Amino acid sequence: MMAGAIDIRISGLVVIVASFFVAMILSVMSLPSSAPSVVGYLRPEWVLLVLIYWIIALPHRVGLVVAWCIGLLTDILLGDLLGQHGIGFLIVAYIAQSLYQRLRMFSIWQQSLMIFVIVGLYQLINFWIESVVGQAEWSLWYLLPSVVSALVWPWVFLVLRYLRRIFNVT
Amino acid sequence: MLGLSILSLALMATDHFSDFLDEFRASLTVIVTPVIVVADIPRRTVVGLQGTIATRDHMQSRILSLEQELLLLRAKTEKMAALTSENDRLRDLLGSAAKLQDNVLVAELIGVDPDPERHEVTIDKGSVDGAFVGQPVLDAEGLMGQVVEVSKYISRVLLISDLSHSVPVQVARSNLRLVAQGTGMTGQLELMHVQATADIEIGDLLVSSGLGDRFPVGYPVGVVNRIEHDPGRPFADVTATTSALLDRSRHVLLVFTEDRMDRNARNANDGRSD
Repeated sequence: MMAGAIDIRISGLVVIVASFFVAMILSVMSLPSSAPSVVGYLRPEWVLLVLIYWIIALPHRVGLVVAWCIGLLTDILLGDLLGQHGIGFLIVAYIAQSLYQRLRMFSIWQQSLMIFVIVGLYQLINFWIESVVGQAEWSLWYLLPSVVSALVWPWVFLVLRYLRRIFNVT
Repeated sequence: MLGLSILSLALMATDHFSDFLDEFRASLTVIVTPVIVVADIPRRTVVGLQGTIATRDHMQSRILSLEQELLLLRAKTEKMAALTSENDRLRDLLGSAAKLQDNVLVAELIGVDPDPERHEVTIDKGSVDGAFVGQPVLDAEGLMGQVVEVSKYISRVLLISDLSHSVPVQVARSNLRLVAQGTGMTGQLELMHVQATADIEIGDLLVSSGLGDRFPVGYPVGVVNRIEHDPGRPFADVTATTSALLDRSRHVLLVFTEDRMDRNARNANDGRSD
């Protein structure tokens, strides 16, 4: 009985880690060099979406500390200031955690709307930090990832829920 | 929540104002290296498939054109050898230091920064291969950029077209010294502080001047493509296109200049004696 419970916990951990791994791959995968540079702005915040899903689904397993660690790894992956995505992910995780009961009740499109707001806030935090460091110039392009993320959310949600049910992640 | 926020802020400040965290960063990069390598698989597969699927005719014509190119380059190298010896002799006569021999290491691009605002690429050589921060990076056509972050197996390269990058250049024809700054647009450079009367023309080749001790002398950087004189402003508005194919080159060269390696060795020794 005990051993079975531990097995399930470990398989759940594998699913969660694998989903973050895939999300990170998607967020750095290079576009074909023939694509115009505008396409670069159309990339949804994959890692953030996966994080929000797990916080809504399993708030007792994926919390602020996990969010912060994933954020640090994202910093390294994207070559940004260490802690920049850390704090962004932390704030997003905090919001998602305090809203998770309400978010679970929402229909999937209402959730998308919330995702738009949350990712928009995250972009804004990123932009603030980058402008303090002196790298950024404001343009409306900064808001595009939040729109795309909101549009992609239903599919991320459905795929991850399917995986969670198949592998019985609790 | 509060603790982690403060920790993030502290990390950001430390990372921005000092290089204290570089070691930590390099070790964390080893963790994310698999992500970067896996993310490169689709491209690798496509390139591999193109190789296997290509028709015999296509391959033959490609071999032919490569052979022709090889012949052309050989002929150039022959001339080069003669010129090098002549150059050495002249330098001997002048009593100046001999031209430094540059060693190169071929690296492959394995990732591109997903942020279109930032011109950074990841290459598959790291500290185990001898890459170091500040190392110049070339492609077959010219100067590409410099290494800005080194971890064990991979490094990040800042391209010369990045908004935050500048490279000291000189006009090959008139030896006029200038600074070429990145514009944030792929393959575009902007020349800073060009006097309205400066001897510069459209089509002039810009080569690295070696000032600033970062880039070696004489590598092509770009070609001037636009000069505009605005009487209301003190300097002319001059832009250039980069010689290096910044968004197309897959193979790049890491340059090891001898004096720099000496200096690195000396720094390492200094570090030990402290």
